[in-house]
Formats: sequence, C-alpha cells, structure tokens
Amino acid sequence: MAMHGHGGALMEESPYSIPSRKLTMWLFIISDAVTFGAILFAYGYLRVATPDWQTPFKSASIINVAIMTFVLITSSLTMLGAVDASKAGDKPKAFRFLASTMVLGLIFAGLHIREWFGLFDAGIKLSSGLFGQTFFSITGLHLLHVITGVVALAVVARKYSSGSLTPGHVETIGLYWHFVDLVWMFVVPLVYLTNIAR
Amino acid sequence: MAASGKSGNVIAKYLPVYFVLLAIAGIEFFLAYQNFSTAGLVGMLLFLAICSAALGLLYFMHLAHEKRSLFFSLIPATIFVLLMMNMIWSDSIRLLHMRPFAH
Repeated sequence: MAMHGHGGALMEESPYSIPSRKLTMWLFIISDAVTFGAILFAYGYLRVATPDWQTPFKSASIINVAIMTFVLITSSLTMLGAVDASKAGDKPKAFRFLASTMVLGLIFAGLHIREWFGLFDAGIKLSSGLFGQTFFSITGLHLLHVITGVVALAVVARKYSSGSLTPGHVETIGLYWHFVDLVWMFVVPLVYLTNIAR
Repeated sequence: MAASGKSGNVIAKYLPVYFVLLAIAGIEFFLAYQNFSTAGLVGMLLFLAICSAALGLLYFMHLAHEKRSLFFSLIPATIFVLLMMNMIWSDSIRLLHMRPFAH
C-alpha cells in the first residue's frame, strides 16, 4: 500500500515491516559475515596446505580466550537488556546496560591486546610466517569491529540519553554488537582451539 | 514512551539462551583437549559454532520474531555463498602434496 510522504511524494511501505536503518544493518551484517567467512576459509586453506603449521597456544592463552569468550557473551546479554530498557522507555536503565556493554567490550579488547603482546614476546608477529599473518589478520579485523562497536555504542548511548536518537537506534547497534559476538564464536574454535600446543 | 516496568523480563527470558551459549563454549574448550584428529575436531567445533550462531541469530538478534520473508531473504543466500567457498579445499590438498595440477 503506497503512502504519501513529504511534499506529496509517494512512499512504499517498509519492506519486511522493519525500519530502513534496521534492514541496512542486517544487509551490512550479511556482507560482513561473508567477509569474515572468506578470511576464515582463506585461513583454513593455508592451514590445510601447510604440514608444519605453528600451534603456539599454551594453557594460559586458552584460559585467557575462555575469559574473553565469557566477557563477550555476557556483553551480548547486557546489550539485550539495553534494547529492552530502551523499548520500555527507561532511559537511565538503558544507559546503564549500554555502559556495561561498553565496559565489557573494553575488557575484551584489553585482554586481546595483552594476549597479542604475549605472542610478540614469544616471537610471533604479523610478519613471522603464515600463522602470524593469518592469526593477526583475523583477530585484528575482529578487534577492529569490537573497538568500532564500543565507539558506536558510546555515541548511541549519549545521543539516546539526550533524546536525539530513538530505541530503534539502540536496537540497530545491538544487532551489530551481537554480530561481533557471533563472529567470535567461529574465531575461537577455528583459530585458537585447533592450534593448542601439544 | 512511558516506562512499562516490564524491562526486566527480557533478561530473564533470554538467560537460558545465554547459559546454553556458555555451555556450548565450555564443550568446545573441553573437546579441544581430547585426542581427536584435527579434521574430526574441526568438524565438531564447527557444528557447535553453527549451533551457537543460530541461537544468537534467532534469539539475541530476534530474527525468529521478524517476518519470515526477512529470514528467507538473508539467510539462504548467505549460507549458499559460504558453502560455495568450500571449492577451495581440493586446491589446498593439492598444495599440501605439492602436486602441480589438480587430479
């Protein structure tokens, strides 16, 4: 059913009954998922083709990764709380949940960077062979998404609190944050758990 | 929009999904320390990762509550593209055995 918008322009109903910003975020998520899929497949290709693949992760690294996974999954839960509180019109509660999500995201980033420095000390860098190149590319791209997500959450939190953004915007950034968590669910088993030092 | 006072329910509603995601992650870490072949381990971990992703997509990202047309517009095409990337494995194994041409 067509509707008349500003100045008499004919407007179509929203496809899938969702706002354009939400549909755009979904389309971005799909494209980003395919990007990560391609980079993980490329990593798999190189790993299968390399008989002496490096497996450097000792127990301390795996425990660190387990903590990072717990932090990121928990941040998805707090993000759900933020979206729900914003839809209920509870701005202070939504802000607190958004702030919690940001803090958890920063903790994740901090643990990740600390892990990277541990690998640097062990002589594994971006330039040190196929493992280094693939590992730091994949985790670097994911870390970039996390940091960008934290910045976006801060902007949305501030603007939602001041009233210039709506609960729909909180929901949209929530989709992005859940996607970042979802990607980590694939990075952990494929990049870390298959490269445990035996 | 006035506060409806129901905002605590969503956390409680999705706590089971949260705990299942944590449990799946725990199982993955457990399996990684068992003596499976790399191929077998990758298969199991990938299956668990897909389960986690499905739960996250359907419940945390609320795709289960959106119109079916959105799901069918986004997901099958994405899965198709990701499945098509599997064509690389024959070349990867060819490289492993240093064969100049694919059989």
